[in-house]
Amino acid sequence: MSGPSDFQPSNPALKWIERRLPIFGLIHSSFVAYPTPRNLNYWWTFGAILSMMLALQILTGVILAMHYTPHADLAFKSVELIVRDVNYGWLLRNMHAAGASMFFFAVYIHMFRGLYYGSYKEPREVLWILGVIIYLLMMATGFMGYVLPWGQMSFWGATVITNLFSAVPYFGESIVTLLWGGYSVGNPTLNRFFSLHYLLPFVIAGVVVLHIWALHVAGQNNPAGVEAKTEKDTVPFTPYATIKDAFGVSCFLIFFAWFIFYMPNYLGDADNYIPANPGVTPAHIVPEWYYLPFYAILRSIPNKLAGVVAMFSAIIILCFLPWLDSARTRSSKYRPLAKQFFWIFVVVCIGLGYLGSQPPEGIYVIAGRILTVCYFAYFLIVLPLLARIETPRPVPNSIADDVLAKSKGRAATAASVMLALVLAGGLFAGSIQNAKAEEGGDTPPAQSWSFSGPFGKYDRGSLQRGLKVYKEVCSACHSLNYVAFRNLADPGGPGYSEAQAAAFAAEYKIKDGPNDQGEMFERPGRTADYFPAPFPNEQAAAAANGGKAPPDLSLMAKARSYKRGFPQFVFDFFTQYQEQGPDYVDAILQGFEDKPPAGVTVPDGTYYNKFFPGHAIKMPKPLSDGQVTFDDGSPATVKQYAHDVTTFLMWAAEPHMEARKRIGMQVFVFLIIFAFLMYFTKRKVWADAH
Amino acid sequence: MTTASSADHPTRRDFLFVATGAAAAVGAAATVWPLVAQMNPDAATIAAGAPIQVDLAPIAEGQDIKVFWRGKPIYISHRTKKQIEEAQKVPLSSLPDPQPDSARVKSGHDQWLVVIGICTHLGCIPIAHEGNYDGFFCPCHGSQYDSSGRIRQGPAPANLAVPPYAFLSDTKIQIG
Repeated sequence: MSGPSDFQPSNPALKWIERRLPIFGLIHSSFVAYPTPRNLNYWWTFGAILSMMLALQILTGVILAMHYTPHADLAFKSVELIVRDVNYGWLLRNMHAAGASMFFFAVYIHMFRGLYYGSYKEPREVLWILGVIIYLLMMATGFMGYVLPWGQMSFWGATVITNLFSAVPYFGESIVTLLWGGYSVGNPTLNRFFSLHYLLPFVIAGVVVLHIWALHVAGQNNPAGVEAKTEKDTVPFTPYATIKDAFGVSCFLIFFAWFIFYMPNYLGDADNYIPANPGVTPAHIVPEWYYLPFYAILRSIPNKLAGVVAMFSAIIILCFLPWLDSARTRSSKYRPLAKQFFWIFVVVCIGLGYLGSQPPEGIYVIAGRILTVCYFAYFLIVLPLLARIETPRPVPNSIADDVLAKSKGRAATAASVMLALVLAGGLFAGSIQNAKAEEGGDTPPAQSWSFSGPFGKYDRGSLQRGLKVYKEVCSACHSLNYVAFRNLADPGGPGYSEAQAAAFAAEYKIKDGPNDQGEMFERPGRTADYFPAPFPNEQAAAAANGGKAPPDLSLMAKARSYKRGFPQFVFDFFTQYQEQGPDYVDAILQGFEDKPPAGVTVPDGTYYNKFFPGHAIKMPKPLSDGQVTFDDGSPATVKQYAHDVTTFLMWAAEPHMEARKRIGMQVFVFLIIFAFLMYFTKRKVWADAH
Repeated sequence: MTTASSADHPTRRDFLFVATGAAAAVGAAATVWPLVAQMNPDAATIAAGAPIQVDLAPIAEGQDIKVFWRGKPIYISHRTKKQIEEAQKVPLSSLPDPQPDSARVKSGHDQWLVVIGICTHLGCIPIAHEGNYDGFFCPCHGSQYDSSGRIRQGPAPANLAVPPYAFLSDTKIQIG
């Protein structure tokens, strides 16, 4: 990208094109012959990882848009239909949702790397600022993407974030109205967010081109922070950097696949499996983990306008970094003080992220204020001061000298730092679950489920018994809107045959029509029909149940969660524990007590339940011993009923779980083999360079 | 390792490169598979394409109805004696897509013609009871079909397709 290339293709057809459009020369000079410092470490592969993530997000996003409906009444359902009915829809959705988190994870490492090695310093200021612009665009895109599933967190996230702009003096309300296209967040908001969410990634791709252009003009920085002077300092981009990046990407894919196939809901919020309800705000509303540090800064300032200003300043300040830090030495490797403050700053950022996930009360607010001061102090006081008082250690004369001086122990250090970072990332990400503070309900006991873990499968018998319990008990009040009779015969389900599913469906009366006379009529159910709802509409359901409509059960096992607490949620990341929902549902069904404990009263029309937040539940005790008889001789006890119906509801919420875990294992075996092959290939290629 | 020493084992080196390249190709192909497969009809669409039953009793002689199956219009015509005769006595050699009338209806149910009402030219919907052959006329490009739904004139290359169907009783059919 820098200057005309002397590349000459030998193929006459390519020559013909090259004379008219020198595109092969551009590619050759940018991605083949381009000299790259030979001492780059693996932190530099995150540039390639980010390029891949952007491409992957655009690809999966374009595909999801083929199946998604941007309408307030249909969006939530269309996302569920993608996951349940579209071929590999669950895979594409998990890739896109976890991909957003991975994108931010990678960009944070990329940014911290730039910070540590002084990659923003002269002559790379524009390169750095373009990066900050990409980051801002990513935040806007990520936020709008999170709104699209139109769950509770989507809706209330949209409400809170758009309301940030109401802090603007004089024009605030008008700006918010412009964002909403109505009197509140609603269908017009969803439509414009969908449009912009589709647009912005291409804007990001455009700025990425500028970012890479600027990079290729200034040349890459490197761990030593000295410019490349002679040819001995560099190696050609291809094959050296290409193969190293490919190895880095293949390792990153293993980490990514862990989330896609085994922990798809670990980074999400259970509340987002509840359809948007403009009348009820979730008790603890938190943004996605990647916004948490800025959310903490926003909340730590007691003034609305000042809070918003502080939050945006925390990002904008990065643009001024090249001038705030005027030290001549680039790399913190040779700056003993800056190095220490850098790690303190990393801890401050992770700490802010943790606080952002906590309820805004007591010690958390005070700690948030202290860390907010630390965050800004790093940029406004520490870095300018260090530039004046610090005595840096001598830097190597050249990159080649740096390579020669490299000790062999460095690789181990890098690996341990990497491991620590993954741990910290897991901790940081998992802290979102901590936000589910208890509201006066006992913690449900963790149970053992046949479907947990990497090889988990649904227990067919349990699914069939659970279906019976749902049909004979729960279905009197609760709908199961997203499950069709045909699903009963799907692989990975209760294991019925097509004929059995059809016979099961035929027992139901389904309202159909209008017929030729314009009248609605009833007919026997077919496999394509969905489980009919017990009430014609939500109002009827509420009226028949003491004023509160019984919730739909299709997603119940994923829409409820409870606080796992530290350090449990860190272990959960490694043990793949994600059965909070089933634990909770099972506990609620068994948690009824005829008499509240002494000194506790529950309001009229509610019942005491040990595990329900607040203890007063509108649902009367639904199950009692002997209520349902099983053909297979399983005990007719509440414990058994609760276990079976919970298993059934987990399947209803996640019907493709078995396929997900099976394909996940295949992908893992492949990726690990591939990463090994890449590693040895990389070593062979680089053997020539040393 | 220097260049010279690695050149001593060219086969091992080549094997590694080929293995890595092959693994990458397999991975790429396996990734492309779901990205393409998602464009096939989803499970709900397939389930909605299940067979349908149609009651023929209300259709008087000379009348026809249009029902939808898998998003396609299906013409069900109760043919008159005249239409049946016309359809049966046409010499096959004069037809662009030769097919006897008996191959287009169910034996014993000569009066019922069931065809997919989509012109075999470019997918428009022909109008029933129009054209010169007492059958169908496609307004888009002027194709004409006879009372057996066979192409007689115009650019369409083939007869109107007959969907899979069966008589459940004399007055009830199942399409699909």
